Amino acid sequence: MKDFSWLEVTVASLLFILVIGSLWTRGRNWLDPVFWKRFAIVGSLVMFTFLWILTFDTLSKTRIGTDRVPSPDVINYKITYEYDPQKGYYMPVIHKDKKEPLFGKEVSPQEAMELIIKGKLVIQSRACMNCHTLLGNGAYYAPDLTKAWLDPKWEKIMIPATESETKEEAMVKFLMNPEKYATWTRRMPNLNLSEEEAKAVVAYLKWMSAINTNGFPDHFGESKLAKF
Amino acid sequence: MEALLKRIWGDISSLPESRKIALMYWTVAIVLFGAQLIFGLIAAIQYVNPDFLFDVLPFNIARMLHINAMVVWLIMGFIGGIYWLLPDETGTDVVGASLGKIAFYLLTGAVSVVVLVYILVQTGKGEFFTIWFINEGREYIEAPRWADIGIVAVMGIIYFNVLATVLKSKRITGLLGVLLVDLIALAGLYMAGMFFTPNITLDQFWWWWVVHLWVEATWEVLVGVLMGWALMHVLGTPRRIVEGWLYLEVLLVFGTGILGLGHHYYWIGTPEYWLGIGGFFSSLEPIPLVAMIVHAVYDAGMHKLHTVNRPALFFIFLQAFGNFFGAGVWGFMHTLPQINLYSHGTQMAASHGHLAFFGAYVATNLVLIYIALQQIRSPEGPILDSRTWKIAYVGMIASMVGMVGALLVAGFAQTFFERAVGGSTWQDYILTQMHPWVKIPMFWRLGFGVLFFLFYLVLVYDILTIGRKAKEPSVEVKPA
Repeated sequence: MKDFSWLEVTVASLLFILVIGSLWTRGRNWLDPVFWKRFAIVGSLVMFTFLWILTFDTLSKTRIGTDRVPSPDVINYKITYEYDPQKGYYMPVIHKDKKEPLFGKEVSPQEAMELIIKGKLVIQSRACMNCHTLLGNGAYYAPDLTKAWLDPKWEKIMIPATESETKEEAMVKFLMNPEKYATWTRRMPNLNLSEEEAKAVVAYLKWMSAINTNGFPDHFGESKLAKF
Repeated sequence: MEALLKRIWGDISSLPESRKIALMYWTVAIVLFGAQLIFGLIAAIQYVNPDFLFDVLPFNIARMLHINAMVVWLIMGFIGGIYWLLPDETGTDVVGASLGKIAFYLLTGAVSVVVLVYILVQTGKGEFFTIWFINEGREYIEAPRWADIGIVAVMGIIYFNVLATVLKSKRITGLLGVLLVDLIALAGLYMAGMFFTPNITLDQFWWWWVVHLWVEATWEVLVGVLMGWALMHVLGTPRRIVEGWLYLEVLLVFGTGILGLGHHYYWIGTPEYWLGIGGFFSSLEPIPLVAMIVHAVYDAGMHKLHTVNRPALFFIFLQAFGNFFGAGVWGFMHTLPQINLYSHGTQMAASHGHLAFFGAYVATNLVLIYIALQQIRSPEGPILDSRTWKIAYVGMIASMVGMVGALLVAGFAQTFFERAVGGSTWQDYILTQMHPWVKIPMFWRLGFGVLFFLFYLVLVYDILTIGRKAKEPSVEVKPA
């Protein structure tokens, strides 16, 4: 279904309030508290109705397996983040023609979903959000994780530092022993992740990097600040 | 408990039960306010010295305690406010006093257990057990699920108490009408956050229903009710005026704040139309806050600042201006998607959060507490006043402004260096954190944080002592 136009929604909601409110308060002085009481009721109900309509629409467009929130088995493919000239912002690109299975093993949709569920449970259980941001929400003590899978630091610094063969191997080693591979005085504490848990988190981060976040963060990884 | 309340608050023997329950809530609220500050200080120290308590209380736990203590003490303060105004508005004591006290003990007990588990257990395995019994790991609503259910049950009891008392009194004022509707929304919205999904977009979608529709909608309206009642008692504003303004504020708060929710839906995977809807409506969110300023200043001017309660009057001003600047101006600064693309998830949000919660909600609770102090300790005059509240007032505002200014500088620098010049990566993050414009403000923030804590102690001293002296001849008392 085509997206709503934000302007139509805005104008329609305000018009509804104005028309229904005016009809209901006809003949009343605007200094009368009842005038404002009725407008308050109309305003709240109209806005809440619009919110519900938009909520149903948003829920249908953000289910797992949609364009915006892809199926977990995208972790079998190469994912990049590229500028889309038509949209004017960066979009995740899932290269269905380039297999890049996580930990060298292709997973079924069912297995991928199990990994994602486990990854999310681990992320919640360790209160990751109270240091990091995910999709930009959380605390500001540690880097944003929205596109962490695509972070150039894994390849440039962490693979050699952890003596790993692949990015996912480096990520698992880091997650299990963050204090050992710290690159700054502000270290990540050891949150006692098992190997299974660390792998699930890596899968989650890869999947999360494929979510269409309307271009956030802008030009991720293309930095004029950090040079390796 | 009664003896303890008497020691803290003064002679409460003639108070209706509803107001005794209010004092119970406020006592715990003020203690939790202190806890919020202590955990905030620990987190602030960790920003400048990451080794501080690294093995004992890592940042994620200290920060979780900081924000959870804040949410709980503010809510407990609001509940106290509701129980305080209830006998006044209904003309009768609360119907279920014993039930109300049981709910208080349940909530306080549950909060204590949750805090102890946060401190002693901290985190668990990636299993549902952790979400149910240790912490849920979702910012602001980390409380484990068992506690969520308890919170909803307690809110149900409080709602029953308000509703049953209103029904018994057979009279409903405009303030109570708005309160009854708002409390349903407030309790109902909390349930939107009580589920698990692996889909982080869906998770954050509903999570914002709780966090935003509380803080930027239902809490604002609740504060409108409490402040409206406060204006009647501190300045003697006529009910008709207060209720007229309250309806206007409900229209403006819900009219802008409900779809203003869209400003949290820019980057979490939700459709593009939220950029326009969220940007438009959240830009209008300051309007009701301007209306609140006009209301407070106009009323105070009308009464030439004559009042029976000076600290309450000045905390009303703080509420009006703090809410406008903290929630309104500081929120507007980064609410449009064009700037938010770069400022989202930086210290700008922390700067906004600190000033907004302080101005809008901390001030509201202190207004209500000072009104209660005057009604307990000085009901017939003299005017409630002291030197210490002035020190606490000026000190807390100045140190909050210092913290907020420091965080704002750090937030601007992060927006520019990490996000615009940099590419938002791990290394960009570290380089920006090491930049003097981020690094130095973190020291300022800590310094002002320590000062804030000291002025909190002055405030507590004042709450314990103000108005206790022998009655002096009353000057300029103007009955409300």
